[in-house]
Amino acid sequence: MSDVAIDNKLLLRMYRRMVMIRLFEEQVNDLYTRALMPGLAHLYIGEEAIAVGVCEALRSDDYITSTHRGHGHCLAKGAAIDRMFAELLGKEAGYCKGKGGSMHIADPDTGNLGANAIVAGSAGIATGAAFSSKRLGNGRVTVCFFGEGALGQGVVYEVMNMAALWKLPVIYICENNMYNEYTHVSEAAAGDILGRGPAFGVPSESVDGQDVRAVYAVMQRLAERARRGEGPSFLMANTYRFMGHHVGDISREYYRSKQEEQTWKSERDPIKVATEAILSQNIADRAALDLIQAEVKAEIDKAVQFAMAAPYPNVDKVEQDVYA
Amino acid sequence: MPETAVAVRELTLGEAVREALAEEMRRDPRVFIMGEDVAEAGTAFKVLGGLVQEFGTERVLDTPISEAGFTGIGVGAGMTGMRPVVDIMFGDFAGLIMDQMANQAAKIHYMSGGKWKCSMVLRTTLGATRRSAAQHSQSLHAWFCHIPGLKVVMPSTPYDAKGLLKSAIRDDNPVIFYEDKMMYKLKGPVPQDDYTIPLGVADVKRAGDDITIIATSSMVQVALGAAKLLEEHGVSAEVVDPRTLWPLDEKTLIDSARKTSRVIVVDEGYGRYGVTAELAAMIQENAFFDLEAPVKRMGAMHVPIPFSPPLEDATVPTESTVCAAALALCGK
Repeated sequence: MSDVAIDNKLLLRMYRRMVMIRLFEEQVNDLYTRALMPGLAHLYIGEEAIAVGVCEALRSDDYITSTHRGHGHCLAKGAAIDRMFAELLGKEAGYCKGKGGSMHIADPDTGNLGANAIVAGSAGIATGAAFSSKRLGNGRVTVCFFGEGALGQGVVYEVMNMAALWKLPVIYICENNMYNEYTHVSEAAAGDILGRGPAFGVPSESVDGQDVRAVYAVMQRLAERARRGEGPSFLMANTYRFMGHHVGDISREYYRSKQEEQTWKSERDPIKVATEAILSQNIADRAALDLIQAEVKAEIDKAVQFAMAAPYPNVDKVEQDVYA
Repeated sequence: MPETAVAVRELTLGEAVREALAEEMRRDPRVFIMGEDVAEAGTAFKVLGGLVQEFGTERVLDTPISEAGFTGIGVGAGMTGMRPVVDIMFGDFAGLIMDQMANQAAKIHYMSGGKWKCSMVLRTTLGATRRSAAQHSQSLHAWFCHIPGLKVVMPSTPYDAKGLLKSAIRDDNPVIFYEDKMMYKLKGPVPQDDYTIPLGVADVKRAGDDITIIATSSMVQVALGAAKLLEEHGVSAEVVDPRTLWPLDEKTLIDSARKTSRVIVVDEGYGRYGVTAELAAMIQENAFFDLEAPVKRMGAMHVPIPFSPPLEDATVPTESTVCAAALALCGK
């Protein structure tokens, strides 16, 4: 675990943020199942500790890039749930005026350069943002979130090489949930995943992605390192995708067992891990945590109501925003 | 342009490009160049010679041979306060960078509901007859024209190159700027001071009455040469250069078509599903009842560009083939 002291308030804040992501995603799943949401969504359930631990260690003006499984990253970086829901429903009030949808939430106000539906598609953007920060001397760092599936994309290694050559303040965070869509990582990534970074001189380490304290602690260190101008780093957060590849991926036995899922859910749930820590250290009691859950649930309900009631964009907006 | 005060010299197209870059880099510290061998080597075509001496390696930055990676870095830098000019040595390498341009740069403004902008220029080359064979000779600009969110600029003279490149650098969108490898040594008058040419304004390179030749980039000089040959046959050809393929100055093209009633479109890209097809369709949709003949399209032959000189030369329109096509269209 961490060698960084995590104060009680911080842990409770991270707990609340993880609960928010969990309940948000459960609500998304519900909307999809009831055919109230267009398209698909890729749920972050089970991986909440990574986004929360990472973003909690960032400044509000630091940048992130996100992925198709990006709701958690956006929320952890400070996105408002009502505008998130509105975007997922394709409404004008959404973060992208309904033009982006689930896989493309972007928000300059929270440093979110955008979720990306091309696997590894944001590796260049993240590294470019770090390039700007270095040139402009604004002290910002950039976190590039990607799944282990992106390890199959060459552009990751191209930009990592340049980030190392030019000492850019970027942290590559590989969320290893073990499944490239429906294929196990062992069938997709040869050799040592943590051996890739050092080949470029990029320090690399792994962290228990189910323990928000551990993620926060390592991320604080990596963010400080980047801010000091010591260049990029690579962090593999080991985690598990509790749900399917997307909301429609219901029957999963052909690529992983129910028992495997059950084991992760019962033993490695990041919210349970945090709950146990909070209770065992007497940081808060069960009633206080229940209250947080209830408060977040009420916020989610309100946000969904807002988004459901919000109008769709007028069709005359379809050609707006193609060019700046 | 006014005759007083502004010094106008003869510059090559390559020198005009370099001057535009130097002036913009002096004007705006956010502008920087990145690409393969752009610094001390001044690119493989020696177009950027001297810039690294003035601006240093922080602003004229040699990259590894990682086109997708450094183009992606350009996209991100262009979103976060810098104004990158990314150098892709050969336009044939478009395949390596297409995700960065078509899925990232082109879409971020729209996908974000207009909140993020990507201010970047991608300079690259087109043009055959350099004996460089199939992977270093293509004119693939139609690929980028196909994608909403991108702008495509195709200068044909040193004057246009300088003015258009400065506009491209100041634009808040991703702009692909095409330079014809064979025209780097082409000379023409270029004012010494700051001027810009807006994107989306065509230029009538030669006025005429009997036929319009719409030509782009490398084909503008070919069209002008053909117009001279046509003069000897008593045919007065108008040569119109769209200068930017997107945004496209449809009005100037249509007006010329209506005036002359005969149109040839010449572009060095592949004809099939290409720029000539688009422009010909646009002309026919808008000027059909003013036309005396079907719009004629001339582009690169639909073959990989061959190495052998006589074979390669046969693949692209020339002054004489354009002249012959124009005469046929005029019934001569």
